[in-house]
Amino acid sequence: MSEAAPGAHAGVHTDHHAPPGFWRTYVFSQDHKTIGIQYAITALLFLLFGFTLMMIMRWQLAYPGQSIPFIGKFFGDANAPDGVMLPEFYNQLGAMHGTIMVFLGVVPLAVGAFGNYVMPLQIGAPDMAFPKLNMMSYWIYFVGGLTMLSSFLIPGGAAASGWTSYAPLSVIATAGQTVWLFGMICLITSSLLGSVNFITTIFQLRAKGLSFMRLPFFVWAQLVTSFLLLLAFPPLEAAGVLQLMDRLAGTSFFMPSGLVVSGQPLAYSGGGNPLLWQHLFWFLAHPEVYVLILPAMGIVAEIIANNTRKPLWGYRSMVSATVFLGFMSFVVWAHHMFLTGMGTVISSFFQATTMIISIPSIIILTALFLSLWGGSIRFTTPMLFALAFLPMFGIGGLTGLPLGLAPADIHLHDTYYVIGHFHYVVAPGTLFALFAGLYYWFPKVTGRKMNDTLGRIHFWFSFAFINGVFMPMFIQGLAGVSRRLYDGGAMYSHAQGVMHLNVFMSVCAWCLGLAQIPFIINFFWSIWKGKKVSDNYWDATTLEWSAATSPPMAHGNFATPPEVYRGPYEYSPPGSGRDFLPQNKPEEAR
Amino acid sequence: METASAESVRKHVRVYVTVFVALMALTLITVTISTLHLQPAAAIIVALCIAALKASLVAAYFMHLISEKKLIYAALTLTVVLFLVLMVLPVSHFADRGL
Amino acid sequence: MEIPYTVEPRPDTGVYNAKLGIWLFLASEVMLFGALFSSYVLLRVGATTWPHGYEHLNIPLATVNTVVLITSSVTMVMSWASLAMKDIRKYRVYMGSTVALACVFLVIKGFEYAAKFEHGLYPSGSTFLAIYFTLTGLHGLHIIGGIIVNCYLLGPGTRMWKTDPARFTNRVEVAGLYWHFVDLVWIFLFPVLYLL
Repeated sequence: MSEAAPGAHAGVHTDHHAPPGFWRTYVFSQDHKTIGIQYAITALLFLLFGFTLMMIMRWQLAYPGQSIPFIGKFFGDANAPDGVMLPEFYNQLGAMHGTIMVFLGVVPLAVGAFGNYVMPLQIGAPDMAFPKLNMMSYWIYFVGGLTMLSSFLIPGGAAASGWTSYAPLSVIATAGQTVWLFGMICLITSSLLGSVNFITTIFQLRAKGLSFMRLPFFVWAQLVTSFLLLLAFPPLEAAGVLQLMDRLAGTSFFMPSGLVVSGQPLAYSGGGNPLLWQHLFWFLAHPEVYVLILPAMGIVAEIIANNTRKPLWGYRSMVSATVFLGFMSFVVWAHHMFLTGMGTVISSFFQATTMIISIPSIIILTALFLSLWGGSIRFTTPMLFALAFLPMFGIGGLTGLPLGLAPADIHLHDTYYVIGHFHYVVAPGTLFALFAGLYYWFPKVTGRKMNDTLGRIHFWFSFAFINGVFMPMFIQGLAGVSRRLYDGGAMYSHAQGVMHLNVFMSVCAWCLGLAQIPFIINFFWSIWKGKKVSDNYWDATTLEWSAATSPPMAHGNFATPPEVYRGPYEYSPPGSGRDFLPQNKPEEAR
Repeated sequence: METASAESVRKHVRVYVTVFVALMALTLITVTISTLHLQPAAAIIVALCIAALKASLVAAYFMHLISEKKLIYAALTLTVVLFLVLMVLPVSHFADRGL
Repeated sequence: MEIPYTVEPRPDTGVYNAKLGIWLFLASEVMLFGALFSSYVLLRVGATTWPHGYEHLNIPLATVNTVVLITSSVTMVMSWASLAMKDIRKYRVYMGSTVALACVFLVIKGFEYAAKFEHGLYPSGSTFLAIYFTLTGLHGLHIIGGIIVNCYLLGPGTRMWKTDPARFTNRVEVAGLYWHFVDLVWIFLFPVLYLL
């Protein structure tokens, strides 16, 4: 050991004296902040791309069989002859919209970008515990994303079996499904490496004095999220490997005996079980819902505490609720499978666990609502998005309850009601929280703030139109319109009464697209021309604001290792006469 | 492991050899039993018990789980619980389905 | 500011970074193989017929392979113990044997696969064969991964012994934990696929 010490120091010095070149600084960077920015840019581009796919689909739903204006001729005869979308192309767009939004957009932005950039700063760490692994996570994600995109260009097009890729349909689908599986395996590997890194960092690199009950709620949310990714993703990876075997080696893991397609018996030995895919898929995909929502709650909690200028109400309950929620999310998966011939005993079990898991979500949401009580609220742009998150997530969550009850689910399963439900959770819920986070931490990253007028335009139009898109879906779903209809329900008599809503929803979706233009302008304009602001622009208490603005880009966030003396939300502490007490301000300095 | 002193490592080495012998013996036993072609239920129980015993020997001594830190135990306990949930998955599939 | 606790354990958690990292990674591996094992149970319970492993598979070869892999686990832990006793020469011998034994395992596995293919037994033949090839194939990939890591630690990685011996010992311990896990998976695969 004694011999080790001098050697270790020699290593330190050489590391610091060699300034990294362009590639090491901006492309293959091992710095968590650069990687966080890389994740953010990539994920935002994917979000825009995935949203564009949906805007194209909405044309077909609103005006079935009519030629897509302006851009229809660019899709080629294989996808849209004369600009009229073919059913196969519609299915590709649907499957890829779901996949891209969830796995390439929201999760990388919520965990990869915000988690990477903010979490180490909030715990006072010099970097992530494994910087090389962090770099690998990003690049494997990047390759997985490119793989997914490339599938649009191969013969037969992209995966078209829905983002859930249910077997046996997915097993006999065109080659795009194989590409989808390879892409997913990359994305899963990236998430696994990332979550190992996040958990290790939170446990090992917390600053002195930063005990678990002093962690900002955002860090807690990232910790539980990482555990969900770590332990729920491998079963989907296993399922992906099995499906790859089915497709490439001709095995029958998901292929039942005696399957006949278009009058032709399939050349599979049979003996498999298509429901096995559903079990393994939902074993991941239900925890995945909480992977999508927990970081969003974390961001909202930070912003609400900061903008009400008072501590979060019930911090401890929120933390316990988050941990409990994470655990429970592993035992609810079969509520996605009530219609697979499950008996009443097992359905009752999964109904019960589903009702139980709604309790911690409600605790968190209630605590956030109560935190507003008596606060002197600053209606900043991030706060507007954070405030909108609360009722929007509320609608998303509450509309989920009927889906968790088997009798109601029998009617609502696979209708537009389901689409409305989970989009309320993820779009005006999570995405609004992510926008809030972008506006909130933008000054930390760039040293400039985003323009408030453009921010308000972005917020109010997005808020109005996003409800216009999703609220009518509940009506259509209750009327029984299936979520996967290529013509929006035109050929079904029971859908006729609610068909007219399609045009309204589509117009709202396109206007929602337009409403993002102020954000895009604001984002780029503010990087170079935004108003310059101080290091702690929002007068916040958590550690990231005590670091310099756009902290140096090589393993050095703080000039000296910070020390923490108090909890994360000491706003308006009684008797001190101050508005806020940062976590790292020594007691005697009052 | 705390930086183990040479003496304690030497003690470890003796343990490793013992565990190695035990693992070999258990391998031999489980192969021998399999030639008897027991009833399926009995065969499964015996084979899995021996495998579990071998696995715990590897985990406890080669992977030093017998003297690990609380944090590692906590992480692994969580994993084991969720692993058991995975093992119950087939039960949740077949129970009450009338198959 | 360097990243702390790469060598010495953090006082309140009692572990160094890589130790926690590898155990978390192994936890995810448990879930990966757990899901495959669970799929095996579900498919087997649902199957109308299921062959005994010994009808298709070569038990003597698999028994030899079990012995090979367990031995490689012992040499792996001995290579760590040699480093802890500051004996780099012995370390090289034990680590070298670990890599060699892993290669022997793969060669035997290769013969097994070749024999199956000769008899026209492919993964597409039956669910049993599909499970057999998928599980052993995935396990084989893990073996290859272990060989790559161990070769690095045997070759260029050894340089660290001169600059930072404590950290190098930790690396070998972490690689060892992974290697024992691969052994542990085989300990279950062997009876499940061959003996039952």
